[in-house]
Amino acid sequence: MTDETSGPPEPSRAPAVARKSLMAGDERVAQTSRFTRLMRRPEAGVLVGLVATFVIFALLPGAESLYSLQGAMTFLTLSAELGILAAAVALLIIAGEFDLSIGSMIGFAGIVIGLLVTRLGWPLWAAVGSAFAVAVLVGYLNGLITVKTRVPSFIVTLASLFILRGLSIGITRAVTGRTQIPYILDNPPDPWTAALFNGHVFTGLFQWMGRQGWIGVKGDGMPFVAGIPMSIVWWIVVTSLAGWVLTQTKFGNWIYAAGGDPVVARNVGVPVARVKIILFIVTAVAATLLATIQVMEAGSADTVRGTQKEFEAIIAAVIGGVLLTGGYGTVLGAAFGALIFGLVQMGIFFTGIDTDWFKVFLGIVILVAVLVNNFARARALGERSGS
Amino acid sequence: MFERLRFVPAAIAALGVLAGAAGAEGLKAAADVKIAVVVHGNSSDAYWSVVKRGVDDAARDTGAQVQYIAPQVFDSVEQARLIMAAVATAPDGIVISIPDKDALSTAVKAAVDAGITVINIDSGEPQGAELGVPLYVGTTSEYEAGIKAGERLGAAGILLVACINHEVGNISLDQRCQGINDGLAKAGGASEVVAVSQDPADVTRRVEAFLASHADIQAVFATGTASANPLIKYFDEQDLWSKYKLYTYDLGPEILQSVADGKMGFGIDGQQYLMGYLPVTLLVQNATHGLMVQNNIYTGPLFVDTPEKAQAVKQLSKEGTR
Repeated sequence: MTDETSGPPEPSRAPAVARKSLMAGDERVAQTSRFTRLMRRPEAGVLVGLVATFVIFALLPGAESLYSLQGAMTFLTLSAELGILAAAVALLIIAGEFDLSIGSMIGFAGIVIGLLVTRLGWPLWAAVGSAFAVAVLVGYLNGLITVKTRVPSFIVTLASLFILRGLSIGITRAVTGRTQIPYILDNPPDPWTAALFNGHVFTGLFQWMGRQGWIGVKGDGMPFVAGIPMSIVWWIVVTSLAGWVLTQTKFGNWIYAAGGDPVVARNVGVPVARVKIILFIVTAVAATLLATIQVMEAGSADTVRGTQKEFEAIIAAVIGGVLLTGGYGTVLGAAFGALIFGLVQMGIFFTGIDTDWFKVFLGIVILVAVLVNNFARARALGERSGS
Repeated sequence: MFERLRFVPAAIAALGVLAGAAGAEGLKAAADVKIAVVVHGNSSDAYWSVVKRGVDDAARDTGAQVQYIAPQVFDSVEQARLIMAAVATAPDGIVISIPDKDALSTAVKAAVDAGITVINIDSGEPQGAELGVPLYVGTTSEYEAGIKAGERLGAAGILLVACINHEVGNISLDQRCQGINDGLAKAGGASEVVAVSQDPADVTRRVEAFLASHADIQAVFATGTASANPLIKYFDEQDLWSKYKLYTYDLGPEILQSVADGKMGFGIDGQQYLMGYLPVTLLVQNATHGLMVQNNIYTGPLFVDTPEKAQAVKQLSKEGTR
């Protein structure tokens, strides 16, 4: 499995070689159709899975609510929040490492913001800035310990998972005697900082559509969906940035190299240790970005926020065609994976299935999505079954 | 046989007339009523499974379409999103719980603004009122119940108590412990919070360690069945009943058995079956007849503090309604 996939990071470029060749009639240099080339991209399988998921939910009861503007916003915001994590996590997995501490980092970053604002009276921008500084430190330590000790990152970050969650509970209980920090957004000196993370864009457009009677409005004439939430904007920004770095920069090639074969990569001069440490910082920072969005949206921080998000992010990346063994995958695929996960998670509620059975369906759908993805990729890459 | 057959068309005609009458007033037949229950507790939790039992029974009795929705792990942000999803399905009524007002306010307001009748259960009575939720069904505030419990302990001469929190992050449990502490304070006592997880082995290990390092503790107070059940087992195994008193919030078969055996001091009953059953029934009435209760309904706290009381409730608890 790994043999076929740890080859060139950009499979779509491979046919270029074939076209130049003068030999004809040899299957290795045969022309490939545009469709096959499209299907050979790492995110092609997940795209098939995404379309399948959309169609399945369209056929189930509750589809008209799920695909209404309001319903779509519920799964899009869920996908967006997960997608922010998944983009960073995908880069790290491609580089051959795991970060299990991001769920706890979400809780911890929220607590840092909450305590600095409510206890020390700091403005939001300073509290948020401090949370990001803490994230850089946490990510740096995760990366440094992993690289220096060669203990699997799975274990190192599992320890951070416990330490960060424990710190959140310990510090919050010691300072406030409770486990939630409310009233964070009551009278901050800089409300514009909050707007950067919790506001909506295109509010005017949505109000206009409401006046035209195209979308539902409340009693006061304002639309139910005020606009595109900032979490979706951040998702697009983060995904674009991560995708650009991975495919268009030298650093992106280093990421593939570090995950493909770290020894060879080091021998040809890739600073593997530095790449990995930077990516651990990136995942911690992504977790903090999500924490900031949640705190600004909820107006409160809670010691248990983000529980199990580390697994959801990994699931999204894997559904999106990122290989757990490293060296293969794309950021766009991870974004599609997050979209499938969000759609499934919210979609099940709209179907009216008794929620006692929720996890059974979630598990089955995730498994089917990954199988469809693998099948599509295997067909496109011309793998034989059993290989 | 013929007589029965003749009744069928008559019954259908009568139903048609009834439905027509209801339709004329803009009201619905019960079978067309859609209700969403979006709470913070998953039905895998012993306490919430009783709530869900109440919801399911009310759905069966009324014939309405009712869905019980909860986040997979305790997460108010997730719950808010689920409420938004429920609003998008335009139900006739929504039942919610409010464990974190800040996180849920936008979603709750959206439901109220959409003209959906909202009923708040279990937690967040004052917060619900601030957000425009017209009715609360549940115990008096957790804090008040805790104070009452603390006063009872203080009156019995128990002044140093370990309060076990198995759901760190849930403000209700914080308030339960805070209430116990403040109730004890009236008699000059105090309590300390022991944070544990929902894992039974973890509960016993941490309480064991806490008791070993705090020799003067007189009683252990569990904040729910998730922490009480493993502790009952632990107390039985180590025969600690003569050394420490054990109390708990909420009821379950094991707790009732222990109180009935004269071991546990008391369990506090929130009668959460009613928190599931009543709101659904009320919302169906609201949709079919336009009726609504005008005052909050308190289902607790009810102290189950004698073996006789416990024995009486035990059978019902096994059936999942207490």
